[in-house]
Amino acid sequence: MKYAKIAVALLVIAPAASFAARAWLLPSQTIVARNGGWVTFDAANSDDLFSFNQGAMPVDSLSVNGVDGAPVAPQNVARGKTRSSFDLELRAPGTYRVAIAGDMVMARWEEGGKQKRWRGTPAEMAANIPANAARLELEQVQRRVETFVTVGSPSDVKPVGAGLELVPVRHPNDLYAGEAARFRFLLDGKPARDLPVEIIAGGTRYRDAPAAVELKTDADGMITVTWPATGLYWLDAEVKDENATVPGVKKRTSAYNATLEVLPQ
Amino acid sequence: MMRMCRFFAAALLATTAGAAGAADLTLNVEIPNLPVAEYHRPYVAIWVEDGTQAIAAHLALWYQVRGDHTKWLPDLRQWWRRGGRDVKVPVDGLTGATRPAGQHILKFDAAAEPLSKLKPGRYELVVEAVREVGGREAVRIPFEWPIKAAQKGAAQGKTELGAVALTLNP
Repeated sequence: MKYAKIAVALLVIAPAASFAARAWLLPSQTIVARNGGWVTFDAANSDDLFSFNQGAMPVDSLSVNGVDGAPVAPQNVARGKTRSSFDLELRAPGTYRVAIAGDMVMARWEEGGKQKRWRGTPAEMAANIPANAARLELEQVQRRVETFVTVGSPSDVKPVGAGLELVPVRHPNDLYAGEAARFRFLLDGKPARDLPVEIIAGGTRYRDAPAAVELKTDADGMITVTWPATGLYWLDAEVKDENATVPGVKKRTSAYNATLEVLPQ
Repeated sequence: MMRMCRFFAAALLATTAGAAGAADLTLNVEIPNLPVAEYHRPYVAIWVEDGTQAIAAHLALWYQVRGDHTKWLPDLRQWWRRGGRDVKVPVDGLTGATRPAGQHILKFDAAAEPLSKLKPGRYELVVEAVREVGGREAVRIPFEWPIKAAQKGAAQGKTELGAVALTLNP
């Protein structure tokens, strides 16, 4: 009981911006023969990849874009206790980008000797933070958790242009064990150089070592991954800088996660 | 019916082989007899690949034609990624029903499509097989094009394929 109280206290102290657990999407299938079918996704926050044993990932900011970037509405969106899930109808061929992406502002200030905190979109900022807030600390938090599904032949994945993102040189639905794949990371549309990128194979629960592959982007924001084995992989990268894109905010965290499937050659 | 087909195929082979000056590619593919509880005939794709690992010529695709089973074609993983996904099945002269365990002889005229479109160079003949509730296997046999002299190549499958033999006759 005492531990529970301490745990609660720790939760309150920990800044809301730090996502302790890994955020991931789990597709039921990534390569589909033809349009007309369905794929299902799970979305969860958990350190074990890809076991939903911690908490469901909120799916309020879920977006799916089909070929030509046109939005596609996911169906049967449900939030459970340990995972969220949704179905996607594949009406047209090409590549679908499935993402949970957000751009928020975290604020902390003092009011009457008490700590106040607020979290919301940049647009809601002015209405929720007092103009004369004392010891105001602001941070922009961008994040993108995504995965890709291709029906028939792959189509281009175009850059979003905001925050940290992966732009495939090798298509994310064309990954094979033993082969090298190149990806470029962009921050606000420009190459993210010297960015540490971590890649971890799924099934962490069944092995003792984390077996993470640690990489760093080159001057062009490029990494080359040679997939050691088949399976689902989770890719993780994060930038902390002072280049927030929200007026009046300096500090920024921009995080990117992707789930990629690697097949046998 | 089956026996008849085989007879005609053999007769046809004999006739073509007899024709002088007709260069050809002959392939012998063995589908092994597998002592498993649940057996399904494999899906098989046969193609010619160039140095860039792209498909230079599709030679054969055997799948469950009756009913709508094209959903499982991506299980022929390498065929699918290297160009199978752009093939709108069925295709005359390319696609056909799955075949039983045994020896299958395929013969292609070097002067006719799709082989006539091959540019001179080094190629690989690839045979990939995948079986429902079974495994997947691909074997490769390198060869030179065009056929200047007789060439023979062979590969031995371990699980889903048996012996595969390639003969090129000038």
